[in-house]
Amino acid sequence: MQLRIRALETILTEKGYVEPAALDAIVETYETKIGPRNGAKVVAKAWTDPAFKKALLDDASRAIGTLGHVSRVGDHLIAVENTPQRHNMVVCTLCSCYPWEMLGLPPVWYKAAPYRSRAVKDPRGVLADFGVTLPQDTEIRVWDSTAETRFLVLPMRPAGTGGWSEDKLAELVTRDSMIGTGLPKNPAELKS
Amino acid sequence: MGGMDGFGKVEVEQNEPTFHEDWEARVMAITRVMGANGGINIDMQRFGRESLPPEVYLTSSYYRKWFLAIEKQVVERGFVGADEIAAGRSLRETKPLPRGKFTLDDIKRIAVRGSFGREPPKPAAFEIGERVRARNINPVTHTRLPRYVRGHAGIVERINGCHVYPDTSAQGQGEHPQWLYTVVFDARELWGDDADPTLKVSIEAFEPYLEKM
Repeated sequence: MQLRIRALETILTEKGYVEPAALDAIVETYETKIGPRNGAKVVAKAWTDPAFKKALLDDASRAIGTLGHVSRVGDHLIAVENTPQRHNMVVCTLCSCYPWEMLGLPPVWYKAAPYRSRAVKDPRGVLADFGVTLPQDTEIRVWDSTAETRFLVLPMRPAGTGGWSEDKLAELVTRDSMIGTGLPKNPAELKS
Repeated sequence: MGGMDGFGKVEVEQNEPTFHEDWEARVMAITRVMGANGGINIDMQRFGRESLPPEVYLTSSYYRKWFLAIEKQVVERGFVGADEIAAGRSLRETKPLPRGKFTLDDIKRIAVRGSFGREPPKPAAFEIGERVRARNINPVTHTRLPRYVRGHAGIVERINGCHVYPDTSAQGQGEHPQWLYTVVFDARELWGDDADPTLKVSIEAFEPYLEKM
C-alpha cells in the first residue's frame, strides 16, 4: 500500500496537480489543529450561556461563527439537544459523514460496518457496547447523516457543576458525548 | 449498510491516533486535494468507493477504500494514464485540473467545509409535519437514499434549504439543486413490530426521494 500511494503522489506531483508541502500541511491540520476540543468549547458555552444555546439550536453554523476562539465552521451544521426525555445519536450509514470541524476526523469505529449497520436498528445495543445504558422510556433519536448536513449532539450538563467556568466544563465534554455514543464525564472522573 | 446484521460488536480503540499509518494520511490529503481542485468532486469520490467490488469494500480498511477509489478515478477521469500508474511516474502531460495546482495557499480553503446550499429553483413541495413516503427507487448509479427507508412512510421534520443533488453531481451531470428535508421514521415502520418502540430514525432526504401520501 505504502509504495502504491507514494507512486500516486509522485505522479500527481510531477504533473503539477499538487505540491507535497500542501499535503503535509493538510495532514498536520487534522493531526494537530482540528479535533474534539473545538466541539467541547461549543458545548461548554451552550451550558453556561442560554442565549448562545438558543442560537446554537437555531442555526449552529451561524452561532459558532460568532465565537472567535473556535475554528470557523462550514454551513449546514445542526445541533441537537439531549434532554431527560430524548437521547440523540449520530451515524452515517452510507459512508462516514461527520462534523470534522467540530470533532476532527472520525474514529475507526464510526466508519466501520458494526456501527454503521446497527446504529439505526439497535441503538441501545450499540450503546451497551460503549458501556452506556439509558432509561427504558427515554426516546432515542438516531440521525443518519445522508446529505451534507452535519450533526453535533449537545449533551446534558452533568449535575454538580454549578458555577464552573467554561474551560473547566469543556474538560467534561467527550468526543463520544457529542456523537451520542457516550455521556459527558461526571465531576468525580475529572478529579481522578 | 443501515440495518444489515452480523457485523458484530462496535470495537472502540482507546486513545486512537488520527492515522494508524503514514500512508493513510497521504491518501486522505491526496483525495481532498483532487476534490478541492475540481477534479473529482465529493459525490464522485463517494460513488467510487461504493462501487468497489463488495468483497473488497467489506474487507478493506477505510483508507484502503479511499486509495483504491482515488487511484481508479484519476485514471477514469483522464488525469493519469493507467500506464503511468504502472510505471510509478508521469510519462506525459495530461489535462489540467479545473482549479489548477493545489498549493500551500489553498489550505485554508479546505479547512472549512464548502457550502452545498443553492438558490431554490422552485418552492418546496413538502411542508413540515407532512407525512411522506420514501420512494422505492433502486438506481445503479449514486444515490443518498438509504435502502432501509425505501417504500416506508415518515414525517417531514425540518426543511434544510436547497442543496447540490448528489445523484447527478456524482455522474458529472451538474448540481441540479433540490430541496433537502429531515424525514423521521418510527422504528416499527422500518423494522416491524418487534422494533424498539422508543426509537425514531431520521434521514436527510432530497425532494426526488419522496412522494406524497
